Amino acid sequence: MASPNSILSVEKLRVAFGRTVVIDGISFEVRKGDCLAVIGPNGAGKTVLLKSLLGLVPHQGEIRWSADTRLGYVPQKVAADRQQPIRLADLLASKAAVQHLPYSDIFAVAAEVGLSPHVLNVSVGHLSGGQFQKALIAFALLGRPNVLLFDEPTASLDELAEEHTYDLLHRLQQEQGMTVILVSHDLSVVYRYATQVLCLSKAKLCMGPPKELLTPAMLEELYGGPSKFYRHISQ
Amino acid sequence: MHEGHILLLFLALCFAVAAGLIGCFALMKRMLLASDVISHLALPGLGVAFLMKVNPLYGGAITLFLGTFLVWQLQKKTGLATDASIGVVFAAALAIGAAVTPRDDLIDALFGGLESVSRLGFALGAAASVAVAIAVFLMKDRLTLSTFSTELAASSGVNVSRLDLVYLLVFSLTVLIGLRFMGALLASALVILPAAAARQFADRLSRFFVISVVISVASILAGFFFNTYLFHLSTIAPVTVMFAALVFAGSLAARRAW
Repeated sequence: MASPNSILSVEKLRVAFGRTVVIDGISFEVRKGDCLAVIGPNGAGKTVLLKSLLGLVPHQGEIRWSADTRLGYVPQKVAADRQQPIRLADLLASKAAVQHLPYSDIFAVAAEVGLSPHVLNVSVGHLSGGQFQKALIAFALLGRPNVLLFDEPTASLDELAEEHTYDLLHRLQQEQGMTVILVSHDLSVVYRYATQVLCLSKAKLCMGPPKELLTPAMLEELYGGPSKFYRHISQ
Repeated sequence: MHEGHILLLFLALCFAVAAGLIGCFALMKRMLLASDVISHLALPGLGVAFLMKVNPLYGGAITLFLGTFLVWQLQKKTGLATDASIGVVFAAALAIGAAVTPRDDLIDALFGGLESVSRLGFALGAAASVAVAIAVFLMKDRLTLSTFSTELAASSGVNVSRLDLVYLLVFSLTVLIGLRFMGALLASALVILPAAAARQFADRLSRFFVISVVISVASILAGFFFNTYLFHLSTIAPVTVMFAALVFAGSLAARRAW
């Protein structure tokens, strides 16, 4: 039974593609305002978990979002065709139109992520890596979501841009009380920002606050070898 | 020109507008080759209608829409790429069409003819063109999102699978408008070439639509003009498509020189 403060409750979630079972009967809960980091080795099903939470892949079991949930999603990567004549403004305006939002919202979200108005006139295929990432976050923020799902949000960014992205994420969480579900390989980020960690692997499923969960023994078990990350984050 | 041929010209212009619009999204959805062969799906129906001596468009419409639905189902059920699923249906359609179409009518069915158009035929074609334009206008935002990323579209509340079906059906309706005078092989060429040329010049969606429609309309006008005064073929399709191809080649050269 979900607790009153819960925004998401997942029970016995199972996802399979043909005969390959990617997620096998996991259950967990996310409270409002939490920042849940999903960690695990490659192929553990982190992205698939996020997609099933969004209803993008067929699944068994129950996924219950609380009634007032508005989801925003930042995917791992989007292969944008550089030649498409779609400006960032066209893209954001399309989502605003589909969701019946005022056109002026696209300027508000662009400002929120730190994109200057002239970038709105740039074709999406010509944005730099950092601008593209911000554009995806701005896209997710349209419609005032109260839950953000981030899939490896900084995988293609340099360190400075990565820092900016996480600061932005943190600020949104602090200022707007947003719930964040984040897939990340970067354990130092997980340690710094997450309030809860969900470990996903074939061998083990566990959940708890990062300080309790991210022990050398647990990481070794999860990733199947001594973790350099732990030494880095505990220093 | 008598009335039937004037109506044919106006119907062709309506088709050009619809084709110019729908082609923009075919290009962005990277399904140009796939769309090119959608018109071939009409061939078996055209053939049977010729055999039964009924209006060929009725037969063409039935197999065109059935084939389109089949393509959508194949794509959905088996997870095949659109290109692959259309390729399979297309090969079968062309084979059946070639087998059943009477020899005398085959060239007309494949490359179109210059038959005059009745007032009713024109009214239906014009209404269908308006319907295509309205559908593109209504679907424009959802198509833009799904063109950029189907996942982001779905997470924004777009039913991508249904949108795909409606898009394919509107595409087929466009082909149907041009089927008699452009033929089953060349009807979708005018959907593709103007959009491909327009993309060389457009940096935003609104310009893309306008340029594509202008090139499409110019191709039809050129097709009529040069065919009437120079080539005297029994169909405008080859000249129209050659003109559109020349514009495309010119757009590539202009882009390079820019």
